[in-house]
Amino acid sequence: MDQPIIRLTGVCKSYGDNEVVKDLNLEIMPGEFLTILGPSGCGKTTTLRMIAGFEEVTKGQVFLAGVDVADKKPYERDVNTVFQNYALFPHMNVFKNVAFGLVEQRIPKAEIKERVQAALKLVRLEGMDNRMPSQMSGGQKQRVAIARALVLKPKVLLLDEPLGALDLKLRKQMQHELKHLQQELGITFVYVTHDQEEALTMSDRIAVMNAGVMEQLGAPEQIYNHPATRFVADFIGESNIMEAYVDSITESGIKCVMEFGDFTIRRGDYADEEMLYICVRPENLRFTAEPVAGFNLFGKIKEHIFMGSICKTIVKLPNDQEVFRTAPPSDGLLPMDSVVHLSWRPTECSILRTKEEQIYNVIESSVEMEGFDARQIL
Amino acid sequence: MRGKFSNAGERILAAIRKFLALIVMVGPTGFWLVLFVFVPLVFVVVISFMQRGDYGVEAGFSLQGYLSVFSALYGKTIGKSLLLALETTALCLLFGYPFAYCMTKAPKKMVSFLVLLIMMPFWVNSVIRIYAWRTLINDNGYLNMLLEALGLNTIHLMRTNGAILLGMVYELLPFAVLPLYNSLEKIDPSLLEAASDLGAKRHRPFLRVVLPLTMPGVFASTIQTFIPCLGLYYICNMMGGGTDLYIGQVIERQFLSEAHNWPFGSALSIILIVLTIVMMKQYTRIGSLEDMA
Repeated sequence: MDQPIIRLTGVCKSYGDNEVVKDLNLEIMPGEFLTILGPSGCGKTTTLRMIAGFEEVTKGQVFLAGVDVADKKPYERDVNTVFQNYALFPHMNVFKNVAFGLVEQRIPKAEIKERVQAALKLVRLEGMDNRMPSQMSGGQKQRVAIARALVLKPKVLLLDEPLGALDLKLRKQMQHELKHLQQELGITFVYVTHDQEEALTMSDRIAVMNAGVMEQLGAPEQIYNHPATRFVADFIGESNIMEAYVDSITESGIKCVMEFGDFTIRRGDYADEEMLYICVRPENLRFTAEPVAGFNLFGKIKEHIFMGSICKTIVKLPNDQEVFRTAPPSDGLLPMDSVVHLSWRPTECSILRTKEEQIYNVIESSVEMEGFDARQIL
Repeated sequence: MRGKFSNAGERILAAIRKFLALIVMVGPTGFWLVLFVFVPLVFVVVISFMQRGDYGVEAGFSLQGYLSVFSALYGKTIGKSLLLALETTALCLLFGYPFAYCMTKAPKKMVSFLVLLIMMPFWVNSVIRIYAWRTLINDNGYLNMLLEALGLNTIHLMRTNGAILLGMVYELLPFAVLPLYNSLEKIDPSLLEAASDLGAKRHRPFLRVVLPLTMPGVFASTIQTFIPCLGLYYICNMMGGGTDLYIGQVIERQFLSEAHNWPFGSALSIILIVLTIVMMKQYTRIGSLEDMA
């Protein structure tokens, strides 16, 4: 296998006492589209800026193509950045903006002209050479910023929320264009965004960050279907997250107890009394009038929300938690206020271990009310 | 017929209303400008075409004021004054730009302190401050006392053209710094990062991004130092030798002291104003060309 084009080992960044990035280890392969995804303030932009060379690494190392770049200035690194606010030079027209880096490399005029034209063609801005940035729309400015970076043929293109300022429709269009561009050129893209949908659409792999820590790294399907932490389950797409603990382990399966209910899973190396988060995607959660083997969970249908292509059904659990299912409206709806049984396929739920002691106590207190029919409080 | 009349009446009323609104909105400023700019200027123009008299001016048309200006002697005065203004402007930019640049790099708390330092001289009358300079640079002033104490040669600065230049730069430096600081501060730091990211090393980001983007500030600074420099006659009076006059001093002398030649003083003023306007016009043209580049 190829050597990683970017390698971060034990990278930390702190401003005074404030640790922004904590012990980050990440390998990015040549030609890969890797997205760093996370909420604002999670350290994703800082990570990108450390790769670009705008921020110094507090601890750890950054390797570009196998070389430690600790003492390399941004202009010595073979990466280029597309900035969130575009950072186009306002006193230069489109041509001069795109030619900026080539002029610095003292490339002959004729070649500059040729390469700038090619770059502008790539981002579909032919003939806009003489426009000033102030005369352009957000989408056009973004294309100039991309052309300006790509014209230098970097090994890696770093993109810091490049589509954040665009409206939804343009953003979708640019997502496709960027993805195609990346596949066409075969350049490594490191893409920072807080938009999980954008990340899922475009990336080969996603690194999910939260509070300076990389919580999960994997392909979009893997991140979506098998979130590694509660944060990932909650942040990527929508999730029903329920709390449970392992009550008893027998030959036939592992019985997990929830507040006012229980269910049995077949396998897993869980320990007795281990606390769990059960994450079920709304499209995988099932509500049925009849009980399902292995599940002893109830809820009451509270609301059906028609949302066009899908219908959202909200069910209230005995502990007042609300869970929901999304399904095509044609699937047939159970009547309002009816008591339903909750279930899911074992393969379609993610079970995450946790150390939240509180879960045990809350559930324990509900279990102690023996002989109590959960259906009564619904 | 009646309809037509009332229509015309309405139109007149609307016009009056519009006019009244204009008076209310622009009136105070307009009044101010007319009283303190336009009227005095008309006075100067009229006097410049009158005859010289015992008390300065006499009734009667004459071009003598203008004819005197074009004698070789005053051509040299004007040239010298423009040169002084040019030197002052250049020095103000030379000292002001780095200072303003450092201000943008200084921590936030420091900046307000630095602005205070720049503004502080305005709390004391300018004439008094120039007096203070005299005590510093006199032949036996504090500067030479210090030089002597250090075992160095003393310098003769007082009553030279160098002293005038010093006074001018001192007086006008704050006016140069503030517009420069303003334009420097507006530059988005990500532009410098972008320049560096695109391969610009060392001084190159400054040369290709910062300097062009601060040209409007340089422009404003130039205007704010060049024009006042032509008029600050008291600095020339107090610091200079008094033998070799600058244009501001010549004008002053026609009105306030011995010469009593108001038409000549007015003609000189008019020519100075016209010269300044022409130069600024040219300069703005260059400035706007730079903006486009």
